[in-house]
Amino acid sequence: MAESTMKAPKRRIGPVRWARENLFSSWHNTILTLLVGYLIVTSVGPLLNWVLLDANFQGSDASDCTGAGACWLFINQRLNFFIYGFYPEELQWRVDIMFGLLALSFAPQFIERFPGRKWLGLFGLTGLPIVGYFLVPGGVFGLEEVQSSKWGGLMLTLILAYIGIIASLPIGTLLALGRRSEMPIIRGLCVVFIEVWRAVPLITVLFMASVMLPLFLPEGMNFEKLARALIGITLWQSAYMAEVIRGGLQAIPRGQYEAASALGLGYWKKMGLIILPQALKLVIPGIVNTFISLFKDTTLVLIIGLFDILGTVQSTVTDPAWQNVAVEGYVFVAFCFWVFCFGISRYSQNLERKLDTGHRT
Amino acid sequence: MGKPMTEQTQTPETQSSPSSDVGKSDIIRVEGMHKWYGDFHVLQDLNLTVRHGERIVICGPSGSGKSTFIRCINRLEEHQQGKIIVDDVELTDDVRQIDSVRREVGMVFQHFNLFPHLTVLENCCLSPIWVRKTPRKEAEATAMEYLERVKIPDQANKFPGQLSGGQQQRVAIARALCMKPKIMLFDEPTSALDPEMIKEVLDVMIELAGSGMTMLCVTHEMGFAKTVADRVIFMDGGEIVEEAPPHDFFTNPQEPRTQKFLKQILQH
Repeated sequence: MAESTMKAPKRRIGPVRWARENLFSSWHNTILTLLVGYLIVTSVGPLLNWVLLDANFQGSDASDCTGAGACWLFINQRLNFFIYGFYPEELQWRVDIMFGLLALSFAPQFIERFPGRKWLGLFGLTGLPIVGYFLVPGGVFGLEEVQSSKWGGLMLTLILAYIGIIASLPIGTLLALGRRSEMPIIRGLCVVFIEVWRAVPLITVLFMASVMLPLFLPEGMNFEKLARALIGITLWQSAYMAEVIRGGLQAIPRGQYEAASALGLGYWKKMGLIILPQALKLVIPGIVNTFISLFKDTTLVLIIGLFDILGTVQSTVTDPAWQNVAVEGYVFVAFCFWVFCFGISRYSQNLERKLDTGHRT
Repeated sequence: MGKPMTEQTQTPETQSSPSSDVGKSDIIRVEGMHKWYGDFHVLQDLNLTVRHGERIVICGPSGSGKSTFIRCINRLEEHQQGKIIVDDVELTDDVRQIDSVRREVGMVFQHFNLFPHLTVLENCCLSPIWVRKTPRKEAEATAMEYLERVKIPDQANKFPGQLSGGQQQRVAIARALCMKPKIMLFDEPTSALDPEMIKEVLDVMIELAGSGMTMLCVTHEMGFAKTVADRVIFMDGGEIVEEAPPHDFFTNPQEPRTQKFLKQILQH
């Protein structure tokens, strides 16, 4: 590492040599290269035509879609519905504030030197849901009430995913700790909870939450459908999260527990200061994987009659006023999901790099 | 702990310790202690008394239960029968008593067990801040003092993964000392180190012994035992076989098992 020592020789390869080594190294490799090249050339052109060159962006209804390409204008026309569902237009500023706060809390997390980055993130995890709890449904502080049955679109998707994600992480952590507890009753309860919820498909959970739960609850005590779905999703997700985190806990060497104990740290300090920071860091890929899959699974609320982004697009696609826009609609939904999931994934890689402190014990 | 460093080869008799309770009372008392792993009787009827400021080296072949024994003293391992009394507190199932004993007993492990997600300084400050409730500034000052004593103050802001084995072990010693313990336990502190790093760790331990710390060391470093120990304890098969001052222990061992062991390790 000293400055005076020899530098490692640099390997420089020209494009021709690279191609020869990687693309044409043998006869079957050459055939594959040519085949894939042909497929790319023949498919990219038409795709580009459909998406951009021949696509229709201007206009107000289906009759304006005259070009051969995609009919994107229907998304322009119905964008408000896709984002807010049936949320009254004059009250949509309330949702816009939430979108703004969400962006303000998390976008700076990508910029290392942003001032107060940590506090914004902390607000996003704690303050934001509280603000949203009052602002979105209204009915307090002189805000006009908006029934949750009117919520929909991207807004609903984000609410479901966001609450599911930030509630399942702490609950999952407690379940994971409980499953490794030395107290048999606590351990037993956690094992039962995890194994029951994890073995049930989300669709079933949602059905139970929306159809069966009201039958069991006493007369007069009833949550809204959205709240029931949220509780179901959170508990289901917590069981998954618990198992991911348990994997991390098991990977921490026993010496870490012993060193913490020997220093006089009690159970919660030992876990909170020594074990969990290391364990959670270790399972970031698994946690993010679970987050992303939850984000996409929220589309299943469609079957209990909640209109998330996929639901709103689908109802438009089947609208007789708009014909033959199904492909455009689904591409749009896929793109929206991809943007959010890719964002989550990039952030987690960022986090992993930042938290890497070299060798583990 | 605030005393100036004294000569390393000092014996307890010549030591002018200001601590008034030296010699007055015992700091560790183990009486008729037994421990089982399942059906396996690992520790059998151990009895040991350690006075304030005494340095004790425990040796024996591997599997003799010496590490298990020393880990019982801060209850990293549980004993099933007999009594262990540390600093007038008996170790039982009571978590509060266990924690109060652990606050006064520092431990250094074979594999260092530093916390890899915290810097060296944070490793040292963690327990004083969270357990002793020392203000952060004060804890950091104390930590730097001890890091200086183990001769690595310049590494304070590095992570453990960036240090050599010997440096890590010295940090581990400093971390334990930051709690200002009355007793230090060493569980084979040099066994995982490369030969050239053993000396730097032993030097720190010898210096610590010179300062009047009560020490229990499980180690194979017989040179260290000769220089520092007040008593050497030989364990085999879960029993204390022999207990003697180092001079007698090495020159005139009484038990055949001890003789055999010494012959094996001192052959080279």
